[in-house]
Amino acid sequence: MTNNGHEKLVGRGARDGAQLFREWFQRLSDTAESGGHSAYVFVMGSMAEILRVFDLPMVFPEINSLQTAIRHVSAEFLNEAEDIGYSPDICGYVKADVALQMRGGGHPMGKIPKPSIAVLTNACNTYLKWAEIWERMYEIPMVTVDVPATRQANQQSQPGSEQFNREKKYVLEQIKELIKICEKLTGKKFDIDKLRQIMGYANVMSKNWKRVLELNKSQPSHFNALTEGTIYLGVANAFRGTEEGAQYFTDLVEEMEYMSKNNIGTLIDEKYRLCFIGVPCYPIFRRFNELFTDWGGTFVTSTYLWFATGGANLGVQYDLKDPLDSLAEGVLISVRDAMDSMFSPEIPLVKMIDEFNLDGVVYHPIKSCRTVSTGLADNRRALMEMKDIATLFIESDMMDQRVVSEAQMKNRVDAFFEGLDARRTREKMEQV
Amino acid sequence: MENKTEIFKGWRGQPIEEILWLCQEIAEDSNLPTVNAWRQNGGKVLGHFQVYFPEEIAHAAGMLPYKMCGATLDSKHADSRFGSYLCSIIKTSLELVLSDRIKLDMFVTHPICDAARNLGTIWGRNYEYPCQILYLPQNPNSSYSIQYLTDEYNRLKGVIEEVAEHKITEKELINSVMIFNRNRQLIRNLYEIKKNKPWLITVSEAYSLVKLAGMIPREEHNNLLETVLPMIESRNIRKQDKMRVVFEGGFCEQPPLDMLRSIGRSCYVVDDDLLIGLRWILNDINPGNDSLKALATAYIDQSSYSPVQHDLRKPKEKMFVDRIKSSNAEAAIITAAKMCEPGLEEQVTYTQTLDEMNFPYFISEFEENMTSFDHLEIQLETFVENLLFD
Repeated sequence: MTNNGHEKLVGRGARDGAQLFREWFQRLSDTAESGGHSAYVFVMGSMAEILRVFDLPMVFPEINSLQTAIRHVSAEFLNEAEDIGYSPDICGYVKADVALQMRGGGHPMGKIPKPSIAVLTNACNTYLKWAEIWERMYEIPMVTVDVPATRQANQQSQPGSEQFNREKKYVLEQIKELIKICEKLTGKKFDIDKLRQIMGYANVMSKNWKRVLELNKSQPSHFNALTEGTIYLGVANAFRGTEEGAQYFTDLVEEMEYMSKNNIGTLIDEKYRLCFIGVPCYPIFRRFNELFTDWGGTFVTSTYLWFATGGANLGVQYDLKDPLDSLAEGVLISVRDAMDSMFSPEIPLVKMIDEFNLDGVVYHPIKSCRTVSTGLADNRRALMEMKDIATLFIESDMMDQRVVSEAQMKNRVDAFFEGLDARRTREKMEQV
Repeated sequence: MENKTEIFKGWRGQPIEEILWLCQEIAEDSNLPTVNAWRQNGGKVLGHFQVYFPEEIAHAAGMLPYKMCGATLDSKHADSRFGSYLCSIIKTSLELVLSDRIKLDMFVTHPICDAARNLGTIWGRNYEYPCQILYLPQNPNSSYSIQYLTDEYNRLKGVIEEVAEHKITEKELINSVMIFNRNRQLIRNLYEIKKNKPWLITVSEAYSLVKLAGMIPREEHNNLLETVLPMIESRNIRKQDKMRVVFEGGFCEQPPLDMLRSIGRSCYVVDDDLLIGLRWILNDINPGNDSLKALATAYIDQSSYSPVQHDLRKPKEKMFVDRIKSSNAEAAIITAAKMCEPGLEEQVTYTQTLDEMNFPYFISEFEENMTSFDHLEIQLETFVENLLFD
């Protein structure tokens, strides 16, 4: 490949992802200006496959909210919501969105259209409380697709079993009910062939997303799960079931495989390979990452890339011959896995420590999100009982700068790397 | 005459004041003497977290369904299992077992909130007995939700049978449903007294009486209420000039008894959502020929409301207003447990609704381990006086 070709290929995923997002926000602004319909959805179980059949533009309030933090304006949004009674102790995403609605959709990236319907799963309980706010504010239909999750760790119902079939039937019936509501809302008849096409694109995306995550086992790693990874997962959500999304992830695999073949890494000197558990610290997103990269640490994998794509990391492939049944099965398996990734990350992580040649695991529980954060201290305890691995536990938030103490975090991170360094020296001495 | 198999002892033959005092002692005793007495008699215990659990299934298997709703104690062991920014109840519930105050044979939590769902996994990492999440439907408006829940109850029944080492018969289930029907009726009778003659029983007394339902076998609780309710009716207590209020915010973490006593000094709490799970089913359940389906149907179609269930038929602000109106309340106390996300979010809706109605309310937060209520009491007295002299 020519030098020019090399430059075009390496980093293409990050560049194209950013461009796709600008276009996506522009389309939302156009919808807002024209007063068109939109569906408010969430990253864990967006039901994009159904909503796209009805050409409903999808708004991801989680993405809108995190963008306010990345752009350093979340404090204004949080304060506006707290002024009307929302507690400092609830999810910052919810509060930023409340303020956004109060501003008539005004957002740093464009204008967000009002919802005509809210569609959610039970992957996060706050989804329900959040959607209730829109239900009251706009008197719109709120549709919950309730996905029976794992009742006890490591005891998921298996496809083909009686229990799995019962659970799938429950999801399937709810999908059919959602279709009826969408038909009524849009005045459009459900088109199963269009669903097949959308699910075909979703298949390409899921297969390639799984491959991208696997390719980062390479040493050096090809992308940082915290920074580039967040761009990829944004595309995975906002463009799920589209031709653009399918092409993007096909290209991304090409880029990663090229990097793999040519031994190209994300850092010049990758000294420590880390796994990130939790949700990023968006108010100081760049700086937070630098706390680790300054020491030669890179996040080669992250549970965030699993659950925040609604379990697309599994690469579930829909059977297009029986799309509705297959969609129900896919939603059940994927959304359930997203929940497992938050509640029991130690189970896959034990294997991944060797597969990804990890040096450490960084836990980052946050004030805003009990779904992800509640069990992480116990999770860390359990992981360290199962495996001799260095861990770091630092708390802050994904939205609220008031609980982000950069200096304190830096102290902890520095001590963590000093420990890693000492561990490595000790291991070398033992080998001698 | 005291029954030797009873685990709540010492109340029979006592005056009503003494019985109610004993109930309060047991209700706030974090050493759980009744549940431990059950174990010492060879019984097995199923601990179930807030809000609602179909206790009839555990009861039919011969287990004690113990309602885990936190405790007033330090989370010395449990603190290391959790991060910051969490409600107290999930920590103290786990602390009860980590500190060996109680031993369980099975634990069940529910998808009421994100912290509670995590609790099942955390519990399971620390104990080998079944620690499960009972996925009560989050979409009760789906036409398939009753069938799904019936199937889920059947699955749960299988796990309970293994733990109890007892195959549950339909006859046993029907018997349990009838015992619980009787219990719910008696609790409804108690709430009628609270509503119609609130001066006869304080909020802390009534609360403790109800709380015991989750700490002793239901047959015993029925006996207790059948004895005590007529005694309450014949108490010779003078009606005072107190404000009639509805207390909202006690669906999960429970306010300390001293907080309820403080409220009771200036208000008559004529209705509330304290321990709403014990009163979740609003009418008698007809078990028909499929008790589990009847239980599932009752959960979906004849139930109360709380911030942790979304049902298009039960907008929470409307249900709350109905509670205020049906109890002829003059004001509302809208509380939420600290760090309780659903409760804190619902507070906004409730206050906005009451603002639109121009209905007076008092707003506060609490934690089960609070010990000082002077400030709250002064604020509440001021609130009440403002209304009385308005």
